[in-house]
Amino acid sequence: MANPKSAYSIPTKKGKLDTHIFVVWVDNESGVLARVVGLFSGRGYNIESLAVAEVDATKNISRITIVTTGTPQVIDQIKLQLKKLVPVHKVADFKREDKKVIFKEMALLKVVGKKKKIEKCIKACKSFNPVILDKTKQSVVIQITALRREIDKMSKKLKPLGLTSTSRTGAIAMTRGSEVFK
Amino acid sequence: MSKLYSGAEIVFKCLEDQDVEFIFGYPGGAVLPIYDELKNHSSIKHILVRHEQGAGHAAEGYARSSGKPGVVLVTSGPGATNVVTALTDAYMDSVPLVCISGQVPTHLIGTDAFQECDTTGITRPCTKHNWLVKDIKDLSKIIHEAFLVATTGRPGPVLIDIPKDIQFAKTKYSKLKKEKKINGKLHNKFSQSEIDELINLISKAKKPVIYSGGGVINSGPRASESLREFVRLIGFPITSTLQGLGAFPGDDNQFIGMLGMHGTYEANNAMHDCDLLINIGARFDDRITGKIDEFSPKSKKVHIDIDPSSINKIIKVDLAIVGDVNEVLKAAIKKINKKQNGLKTSNKHNVSKWWEQIQKWRTKDSLGFINSEKTIKPQHAVQRLYELTKNQDTFITTEVGQHQMWAAQHYKFNKPNRWMTSGGLGTMGYGLPAAVGVQIAHPDKLVIDIAGEASVLMTMQEMSTAVQYNLPIKIFILNNQYMGMVRQWQELLHEKNYSESYSEALPDFVKLAEAYGCKGIKADDPNELDDKIKEMLNHDGPVIFDCQVDPNENCFPMIPSGKPHNQMILGPNDKDENKITGKGKALV
Repeated sequence: MANPKSAYSIPTKKGKLDTHIFVVWVDNESGVLARVVGLFSGRGYNIESLAVAEVDATKNISRITIVTTGTPQVIDQIKLQLKKLVPVHKVADFKREDKKVIFKEMALLKVVGKKKKIEKCIKACKSFNPVILDKTKQSVVIQITALRREIDKMSKKLKPLGLTSTSRTGAIAMTRGSEVFK
Repeated sequence: MSKLYSGAEIVFKCLEDQDVEFIFGYPGGAVLPIYDELKNHSSIKHILVRHEQGAGHAAEGYARSSGKPGVVLVTSGPGATNVVTALTDAYMDSVPLVCISGQVPTHLIGTDAFQECDTTGITRPCTKHNWLVKDIKDLSKIIHEAFLVATTGRPGPVLIDIPKDIQFAKTKYSKLKKEKKINGKLHNKFSQSEIDELINLISKAKKPVIYSGGGVINSGPRASESLREFVRLIGFPITSTLQGLGAFPGDDNQFIGMLGMHGTYEANNAMHDCDLLINIGARFDDRITGKIDEFSPKSKKVHIDIDPSSINKIIKVDLAIVGDVNEVLKAAIKKINKKQNGLKTSNKHNVSKWWEQIQKWRTKDSLGFINSEKTIKPQHAVQRLYELTKNQDTFITTEVGQHQMWAAQHYKFNKPNRWMTSGGLGTMGYGLPAAVGVQIAHPDKLVIDIAGEASVLMTMQEMSTAVQYNLPIKIFILNNQYMGMVRQWQELLHEKNYSESYSEALPDFVKLAEAYGCKGIKADDPNELDDKIKEMLNHDGPVIFDCQVDPNENCFPMIPSGKPHNQMILGPNDKDENKITGKGKALV
């Protein structure tokens, strides 16, 4: 609790936190990512992951996917604040539980160890479209695509089997079916 | 082949196309090509300030009193960083500014060159948008877009950073094209059903209150007219935020005073007890709401605002109308007039009991104070200033602190754009340079900065600007030798530990005025006050008025932190009364 002598109000109790995925279409110009990220840090919003790349080279459009948590009020604010930025064209906001949307993240996992352990690792990754990108006698680099929490689980699981480094793209999202977000 | 223009020429061609008459600025190495070009453009006058912060605040004063965007021109590095306070101030109070800053040549960017700083990086969080011009071909398009961004929707500051080589580079100039919408950022898409719902709520209300804010001023003078018509039509009481003062006449019977931390007893109690709250162009600032959980607990809430991100940010509302205040009000008035006149009469009947309650609250006289024959009470000084200036069209700016609140409480504004104060950011040192800007926009009007002696010393150097351009601004200092608001908080909240809030070694303001080449007046006797104020008003030129007031006076009423609106601390007049009645409304 804040000091009651403060000239500011005392914080009120917080609501339930939800995880949301924002997809933001922006002009691919210098500083645009700083504007988006600065909005989050400046207003005290949380970023769990961030993925960004140009998706339309002729129109110069980049697509930013941000995973964040917040109360419904904060989530609403994030959307409205993002829409106010000049280089932002449109903002989509999905709940993590939304069945109409596909969420995927890619991870590269490097495992160093004996052959047996490496085999075990590859086997453990089976249900996440594993691709072996590099293999030596003592090591393997596996690419998997899965949900965020599945990758979280995998990295935990593979740690004792010799997982030495993990690289993740952050979640990206797309709606199912023929619908396109406008 | 059409003529080629340099970047500096294009800057001025754009400013001309935007009908800019004044630039507030300060030269330096990285903007010299633009300053070279100044002499070739007679329609644009440059006002040389003494510090870039002063340029920013002067441009704010110009913008807020004229409704036109203020233009600032500064150099790179320290020029740009000095203007950051003013940009942030303009961002918080939604003032349209276009700031042009010089930058080191493109090839030196990122090398820690002389007077280099990451201007667009530093100003990103305190502007609506900013641009670093990397190609001369983009320059005119960017400048025109900058004016559009600054002035549309919820207004605010923008910055254009122009490297020196771009100012020299040459290209063709294309005239300003028809304005295009920028990424659909314009919000005026309210629907008739929302207006219908508003009318429905209005017709049902028994204890309504209207809470209007700076958005009404920003929407233009017509919005204030619409507000007056709307409020008179429905007969509701209206309160205003600090920034909204003047949109509705301060001496009108339907106006129940400013609300919030230092608002009137009747306004804050009306906010707390109402059953319908109509917010018109205000943003539920924390100085207004007090404790969020207990803010206006029994009311249906309506919020009219042009900025969608203001809706539900602090207070959840039952009806949100996103649009320009004037447009929304006009639509509402039209609808009310269309409906059978039943509404008008029955509605006034509905709220008559509520008005009786408000009259009861009014009898508290919460702005009252105990006047003195020996020392000048600051509230008395503001009241006398008001009485002696109310018959002419007067523009008031302020610094930040007790004097600001006393000015807001005791000076009555009858027109919009006459009241310029730093509300959101609370920038001490705002008022003097803002007065410079206001006087530039209104050369024949009376412009007074109601100041505190601590605040005004922060930007005192701008007196030199006022003297240079012969701007007859009046700096009316309520001198209590303390950072008064700090002292008040220390007295009420920090066990009278007056840590560093007393200013020793204050200058002699009369001599200071003379040193700047203007007039100084000192008053410390209440009996001489009127004559001295008249002397100030009659002097044709800038004046510094050192009004020595009671240093121990506090600003009441006051809502202590974390308290709802109905638990205010009232002034000394009320204390005894409370002991007798024991109502416990005052928490002293």
